[in-house]
Amino acid sequence: MYRYDDFDRHFVHQRAAQFRDQLERHLAGHLPDDDFRALRLQNGWYVQRHAPMARIAVPYGELSSRQLRALARIAREFDGRDGGPYEGRGGGFGHFTTRQNCQFNWIALPDAADVMDILADVDMHGIQTSGNCIRNITSDCFAGVAADEIVDPRPYCEILRQWSTLHPEFAFLPRKFKIAVSGAAEDRAATAWHDIGLVLKKNDAGEIGFEVRVGGGMGRTPIIGTVARDFLPWQEILVFIEAIVRVYNRYGRRDNLYKSRIKILVKAEGQKFVDAVEAEFANILARDLDGSAHLLTDAERDRIAACFELPQGVAPIVEAHDGAHANASKPAAYTRWLERNVHPHQLAGYRAVTLSLKRAGQPPGDASADQMDLAAELADRFSASELRVSHDQNLVLPWVRASELPALWQAAREAGFATPNIGYLTDMIACPGGDVCALANARSLPIAAAITERFDDLDELHDIGDIDLHISGCINSCGHHHSGHIGILGVDKDGQEWYQVSLGGADGSTLSGAATTGKVIGPSFAADEVPDVIEAVIDAYRAERADGDERFIATVRRVGIEPFKVAANAVRRATAVHA
Amino acid sequence: MTSLGPTRSMQLAGCATHPIRFVDGDAPVDFVLANDAEVESIVADLPRYHSIALVFPKWADGRAYSQARLLRGRYRFAGEIRATGEVLVDMMPLLARTGFDAVALRADQSKEFAERALSFFSDGHYQGDLIEPQPRFRRSDTEGSE
Repeated sequence: MYRYDDFDRHFVHQRAAQFRDQLERHLAGHLPDDDFRALRLQNGWYVQRHAPMARIAVPYGELSSRQLRALARIAREFDGRDGGPYEGRGGGFGHFTTRQNCQFNWIALPDAADVMDILADVDMHGIQTSGNCIRNITSDCFAGVAADEIVDPRPYCEILRQWSTLHPEFAFLPRKFKIAVSGAAEDRAATAWHDIGLVLKKNDAGEIGFEVRVGGGMGRTPIIGTVARDFLPWQEILVFIEAIVRVYNRYGRRDNLYKSRIKILVKAEGQKFVDAVEAEFANILARDLDGSAHLLTDAERDRIAACFELPQGVAPIVEAHDGAHANASKPAAYTRWLERNVHPHQLAGYRAVTLSLKRAGQPPGDASADQMDLAAELADRFSASELRVSHDQNLVLPWVRASELPALWQAAREAGFATPNIGYLTDMIACPGGDVCALANARSLPIAAAITERFDDLDELHDIGDIDLHISGCINSCGHHHSGHIGILGVDKDGQEWYQVSLGGADGSTLSGAATTGKVIGPSFAADEVPDVIEAVIDAYRAERADGDERFIATVRRVGIEPFKVAANAVRRATAVHA
Repeated sequence: MTSLGPTRSMQLAGCATHPIRFVDGDAPVDFVLANDAEVESIVADLPRYHSIALVFPKWADGRAYSQARLLRGRYRFAGEIRATGEVLVDMMPLLARTGFDAVALRADQSKEFAERALSFFSDGHYQGDLIEPQPRFRRSDTEGSE
């Protein structure tokens, strides 16, 4: 993991002090709501439907057990705290998001500065987790351990984190700006869906560079990013991104919120946009005062990369114990867990293990204070005190010895993290939705719960196989419905909640194929129809699939959406009249 | 109005403090550049100007930061760059770091708070800016710096 030095540590404390000053001025009446809004947003504080929401940055998803315990402490002591305004409102939980952050929904605003101090003590913050600025950099949850990794993206993520942190020119862009970085054969960071998507690669000479995509995004206008450079030498990445963001800051639309993302500018201008970026890039280097100062040096990359060497006590194990192999003495549940929750590793004798945060009775991605402490304990025991937050809203233990898998399985089961459903239908992505979010048109969590309840049979889930179900409570697409093999979007009509279902979307991966937007299968459904619709769609898939193991997404691609539409329409009740 | 001379921004780069002066909202200025205007369109005229006002129609509209950065860092404008419009005290660090050296604060804003807003990050920042063009990784306090 990245290790904060004195500068980093002092920096987050100074940021916490600055925020305390702003909060105190606000509470004292010197800083009105309208002026305070953008300041609190850039520290991660939203004001939601019922209470503030705090979004804490987990840079590129890396988390130490010590940091997770601090999040647990915040959940326990501040989220819906006793004696506070939100006591009894279901607090005490953290919610892990698709952007690898952690959110709290029931912390009172006057407590916000204390929370930021606690975070700063463990090298954490909420800097730029919201607002129209460069947001937390996201990456592959298996970065640095993935068996299919070409280049470890973490040092580059950290370099980008530092460069983008409190960048003075880019704090008030037309709209939010998200960067994702991947360095493996499989893209687990949905890079093509980001404002900037970076894929690390090596050229024939073995040199490292980035494929740079720009202008991807979801929302009302889902667009896959355009490749601006096939291979940008890594040394130039900060300057190239500076050029992109400057062109966007100058020319991105500010007259219409829905047209203000960079994707709209890229789509409208096409090659002219890329040309403008290239011209700006050349200008920075050729004409600007110290224009080459942000070209990265070997020394800097080495300094940062040194933080990401193997954790203490982790070394390749040549004669691996066969804990990773199922055998007759192990129960079937263990075998299934090995198949679904245990992932190959680049280091001999090691595995990465997903702790599933998708289980009946709890919203996807949620963890209580006690559960966070338990996960921290598992990390200490089994994973060099390190965890990851995944894009799919689970936790990952990245440094597990294969020989310890049976013990970890037992401990994870006892802690409720061993549901062997990773990649299955119930391993769904869902935003917090209308239960807490002020933007949402509809609730996501009851839909997620109903589907989880409907598909509670592991044999059935196994038969259905790999499938990405993504649920968003509104068009802002925090639940990434556009990229779900099955996407569910909450919409509001006449003050009621309805759900649009789409099929065939993809994050962009080997399993899913190139990133693409799902197709809507007809008019919206009523909330209580949704589980039946999903079941009908799944049944149609099982009837249509070519052989025993054609995956859902492949079947949808092959046969088109029509058979699924027919099946879904057949289970309409309240909405039958629209069909 | 005093001419600041061509090496102004280099001097600024070495300054530990942030030499931003406060001016009245109606103080005269040589040129007002709208925030959707091209900096490039006035480059030929820059030698004639001692002061240029950039505009924040809303405080969260950040276009003028890029304009200031280009005027100072690319076109070496050495005169005064003034922030006008909806200028709030909490913008001070960003203004100082992108090359502004004068502000006309919104009428209700306090100079005392504005000064304090400049005081929080005493060790500097990660990325280079118009106060310190070198990013942290090229400064001497980083072990790995060249």
